[in-house]
This record gives sequence, C-alpha cells and structure tokens, in this order.
Amino acid sequence: MNVLVLGIGNLLLQDEGAGVRVVEELEKRYEIPECVELLDGGTSGIELLQYIRGRDALILVDVVRSGEACGTITRYDGDDVPALFQSKISPHQLGISDLLATARLLDSLPKQIILFGIEPKSMDTGLELSPEIAAQIPGLAECIAQELQNLGIALELR
Amino acid sequence: MATRITIDPVTRIEGHLRVDCEVTNGRVNNAWASGQMWRGLELILKGRDPREAWIYAQRICGVCTTVHAIASVRSVENALKMEIPLNAQYIRNMLIAAHAIQDHIVHFYHLSALDWVDVTSALQADPRKAASLAQSLSSWHLNSVQELTQTQERLKSFVDGGQLGIFANGYWGHPAMKLSPEVNLLACTHYLQALEVQRRANMIISILGSKTPHIQNLAVGGVANPINNDSPSTLSMERLYYVKTLIDELGDFINNVYLPDVCAIGGFYSDWTGYGAGVMNYLSVPEFPLDTKGTAFELPGGYIPNGDISQFRAIKDFQDEYFSKAVSESVKHSWYKGEADLHPWKGETEPNYTDFQDNGKYSWVKAPTFNGAPAQVGPLANVLCLYAAGHLPTRKYADKALSMVSSIAGKPVRIAALHSTIGRHAARAIRAAVLCETLNKQWQLLIDNIGKGDITTFNKPEFPNGEVSGVGIHEAPRGVLSHWIVIADKKIKNYQCVVPSTWNSSPRNSNDKPGPYEASLIGTPIAVADRPLEVLRTVHSFDPCLACAIHLVDKESRGIVTVKTS
Repeated sequence: MNVLVLGIGNLLLQDEGAGVRVVEELEKRYEIPECVELLDGGTSGIELLQYIRGRDALILVDVVRSGEACGTITRYDGDDVPALFQSKISPHQLGISDLLATARLLDSLPKQIILFGIEPKSMDTGLELSPEIAAQIPGLAECIAQELQNLGIALELR
Repeated sequence: MATRITIDPVTRIEGHLRVDCEVTNGRVNNAWASGQMWRGLELILKGRDPREAWIYAQRICGVCTTVHAIASVRSVENALKMEIPLNAQYIRNMLIAAHAIQDHIVHFYHLSALDWVDVTSALQADPRKAASLAQSLSSWHLNSVQELTQTQERLKSFVDGGQLGIFANGYWGHPAMKLSPEVNLLACTHYLQALEVQRRANMIISILGSKTPHIQNLAVGGVANPINNDSPSTLSMERLYYVKTLIDELGDFINNVYLPDVCAIGGFYSDWTGYGAGVMNYLSVPEFPLDTKGTAFELPGGYIPNGDISQFRAIKDFQDEYFSKAVSESVKHSWYKGEADLHPWKGETEPNYTDFQDNGKYSWVKAPTFNGAPAQVGPLANVLCLYAAGHLPTRKYADKALSMVSSIAGKPVRIAALHSTIGRHAARAIRAAVLCETLNKQWQLLIDNIGKGDITTFNKPEFPNGEVSGVGIHEAPRGVLSHWIVIADKKIKNYQCVVPSTWNSSPRNSNDKPGPYEASLIGTPIAVADRPLEVLRTVHSFDPCLACAIHLVDKESRGIVTVKTS
C-alpha cells in the first residue's frame, strides 16, 4: 500500500490553508511510515501530477463549502471526489479538477480517492486560522489517521 | 448594432479574470479586462523580518511559487547592496530556467493548445498520414504510427466513455478550428507526451530546490544547498550529472517537438499573425546574473517603444535606475482610493469598490506604466529585446522558427509577424529553446566553479538601522516581475509586488490608454458571438495568471465560463 496525503490551500488566506495545516499536524503528531507521503500542495495543480502517480490511494484535504456549520468535517470517496471538484465547492476547484482529469487520461489515477473537507469560516488575508477551524485541526488529523488505519496502515504517535 | 460579450472567468488556472468585448459587424471594437478579486497579500509582510519574506511570497500563487521567492530575496539583497556567491547565482539560475521551461511547455500544450487543436477531429485522422507529416517536421523518436494510433485509441475511449474531463470545455467543431485531423492527432499525441516531459523540469527543481511545489533552498544572501561530493544528502556531482540528463531530455523535446509544433500551428493559422498585437511597447529585464554583484547577465533586457526594435534601450543591471525610476501605478480605473500615479515604493492598497463602470473604475488590477505608457511584458517582449540586443542564441532560434513557419505557410513570414496572438506562442517556444541552452551553460558554470574548489553558497546579510529600499527584478515566465521593499529598522515597512499579469491585464491608465489585453482584442474577428473562441485565443496567448496580479479572495465562487450577449 502506497498512500499520498495531499493538503491543499493558501496559507496567506486564513482558513483557505486548513488542508496544509492538517498535513503539518499529522507530521507533528505521528511517526510517518515509508508507505505514506505527506505533501503540502499549496495551491498548485498540474505540477502535483508526479506525486499522485503510482499511488494505491490518494487522501486529499481541503476546505469545502458544503453549506454546513463552519468547522464541519465531511468525507467523500470514489467518483464523488472528481465530480465534486467539477462543481464549486472548493476554491481550488479548477487546479485539482484538471489534475484529477489529467491523471485519469494518463491511467494514473489512484484506485482509491478520499477527500476530507472542512467548512471554512474566514478566508480573509492573514496567516492565522480562525479559532473554530484551528480547534478542528487535531480532530481532522485523527480522522486521517483512522482512514489510514482502515487502509491497513497504523500510525504510531510521536 | 453592438453585441456585448462577457467571459468570466477566462482562465483555467489561478485568479479570476473577466473580459468584456463589444462586437460590431463581426469584429471587436472595444474591450475591458477586469480582475475580479482583491488580495492584500502584501499587507501580511508588513512588520516581518525581511529574511523570511520569500517564504510567504512564494505562497502568493500556486503556479509561480519559485518566481516570487526569487524576486523577494533579490529585493532584500538589492536594498542591502549585497554580493551573492557565484555558486548561488548558478543554482538560482538553473532553478529559474527549469521553472520557466516547465511553465512554457505546460502553457502551450495544456493551457492553450486546445484553443487551436480540435480533439474530436483527431479521432478522424489517419495515423499513417499523421506519422509521415510528423516525420517531415522533426526526427522526434515518438512520432511513430504506433504511438499516434495509441493516442487515438486512448482519446476514443475517453470520448466514448462520455468522460471528456479536461477536454470538456473545448470549442469542438468551431468554424475557427482549421487544422486537419492529422495535425490535430499529432498535437494531441504531443499533449500527452508533454505531461511526461514537464515532470523532467520539475525534477530539476526538486533536486536543486529540495522540494516542490515550494522550494526550500533560498536564503537572503544565497542558497542553503551545501555542496559536498562525499555526502549523498547534499548537492553532489552524482546528482548534478543526473540533472544534466534531465536537461538533455528537455532540449530534445523543445527542439524536436515544441518548437516544430508551434511553427506548424503558426503556419496553418498564419492569418493569426495579423491579429492581437495590441500594446507594442515591450519591457523585459536582464536575467541570469553571471557575477556576484549582478552586473553581467546571460540574457539582456530593456525597453522597445512602439514595436521599433531599432529604438531598443537596455536595462543594464539590477541597480539601473532606467528601470527603477520609470515604473509607477495608476488607480484611476481600479477599485482603489487615490488620484496620482504612485511609485511602488510609495504604493498604497486602499480598496474603493464601485460597480463595473465602463468609463470609470472596473478592475482590482492596478495599471502599471513605464515612463507613463502601458507596456507589454512576457516571452514576446523578452525575445524581441534579446533579438534587438543581438543575443546570438535568440537570433538562431528565431530565424529557425520563422523559416519553418514560412515553409509551412508557403509565404515569407518575418520577425514583424511576432507582433500578434500567434507570435506570442512562437516567442514562448523560441524562449524555451534559448532557456534550455542557458540551463546547460549554467550547469557547466556551476560544475567548473565547484571544480575550482569554491563551495561557498551563502553570504550573511547585515541589516542597518534606519530606512533602506530595494527592488528585486526577475524575468519570469509571464514577464517582468518586480518586488519593491522598504525596510525600516530591520523590519518590512512596505512591500509591493508588480507582477507580469498586472502589466498585461492592466485596465486603462490615467490617460485612459488601454492595457495590453484590452488593446490586443481590438479588431479580432468573432465568428459566433456566444462561442467567442477568438477572444480566448488572444487572451490565452499572454499566459494569464491572476492570482498574484490582484491585490481577499472571491466571496462567491463562480461557474466555469459564462458568456453573455446582450
């Protein structure tokens, strides 16, 4: 099993960067085994292609506007994920949508794709997450650790 | 009667650009380019340590991470009048060249080729005919019948499966699509191959920059790469020789695929050498410093007024006031407070939103000017300035490209044809070929310098008390990038980025002169008003990327492309 955990977002726009903050939290909390790579994808798109090929599973972490209360964590999988990025739920919709479509064209889309989303509060200019979102980061990191556990990869706490 | 077309957003990459055109008798007679987001990213930097500005600056945009990092460290070094070790210059130069090559290849094949290439037509092609056409253009080893047949089968299964995905937004079957099925198939084949090739450029960046998409190896005063032949975790000869094989693969693709493809498309669409010129004042800056002080450069830069290359004037170096004193920004037609044009060191970013007013304010982008006039930036400006300066590799590749286009078009196509929509694509391909030579040369310079025993990569910056200011200039893939910094008592007092897409997507300035996108659209023929492919061709030829051009994020997410006619 070979898994990429890809956090997406812009750190300069407060909660926009939540996906990247979750990746940082995972790194801080757990010993990461060889078969898992954590990647801060920023707001890149097609440049990330080289990181997703050859993976058995891709776990994306991003802010998602689903209309729920801010800080709500949502989970999607399978074909729902590329379909979601075709709609308007994420600020990184185009970049990630093109990335996934291109990977599909090249037959290099991982078999399992899981998206964890968190509902943002503020996406104004600033480096700090809003308190409601910051409080959810450890919980979201635990969800991802649990997901990896379901894939057969147990993470040890540091 | 005039028809109004609104396209919003125009790009598939970062940022939101809206373009409005007024069309009379099948041609555009007025146009407006409008940035639809406001970002105050520079505000984050105020009060911070100048040594860490680049780490935040490279987060401004997901496409141009490296370029903002480079311009940022250069701005601080310029303020401190620092010298940079040779090894650091060469390593940075290689990062810059590799990034630009990756960007140019992705722009042509993945962000704009589908404006000219019809994927559905490629399904009708005869792979044998396509292969023999390809072999007449170049000796690329992946132009075989087998390779072309495979691509066609892959496209078929994609289209039959109803999953057009990345191709879903194309204007298939549009009357302005003119390539034969065979040329379309060849271009689609290279589209797929280019996805592989661009990874090679990214690998160079990963090796030198320690990480992508955000490089980790920069520092104000040099780079953080330790050079040591005995340790595999540092930059060793073994790694550098691997980089060399990657450079060679890029060169093979650029010379045997990218450049011939652009020439073929230019030859078949030679009528497009007559559209899209727009603002013909061209600005570029010198790049690839070859000494520690930043006074000698591999590629010269400068300014050409009114498209007349005999009037080229060089910008000599990073200190040249011909550049630093000539730049100012107007907000007369932008959603900011203020009246007078301001120099970036004095720049203000106070929002003043109205609604979209054709004759008033209509954009979040400011209007930069060079000595009071709008200027076009980007590969075309760069190539014309290099050509005017007599840069030999540029002359070689430009002449080669023009002769290929002439033979395909069946008529002489001269350098003046570059002042056009298709000319911007040709210039980008010419520049990619030049950059590959530059990359090779910088690699050799680095190897030779390490061979002399020099392993220095960093000079420690010393910050004075009081106020100093500097500008970091960089000829980025989309053109002239400048970061303007004012440092007071070792902290950032002001920081302004004047980015390439600000120059090109500029609204009208204080004299109501239109910006390059706007001017380039005047006269463009429009065959079908609600499918304005021709507008997209011209705007896309600039390689627009607005994430950083606009000084908050869109409050409401928008649909992919909406076209309104009224």
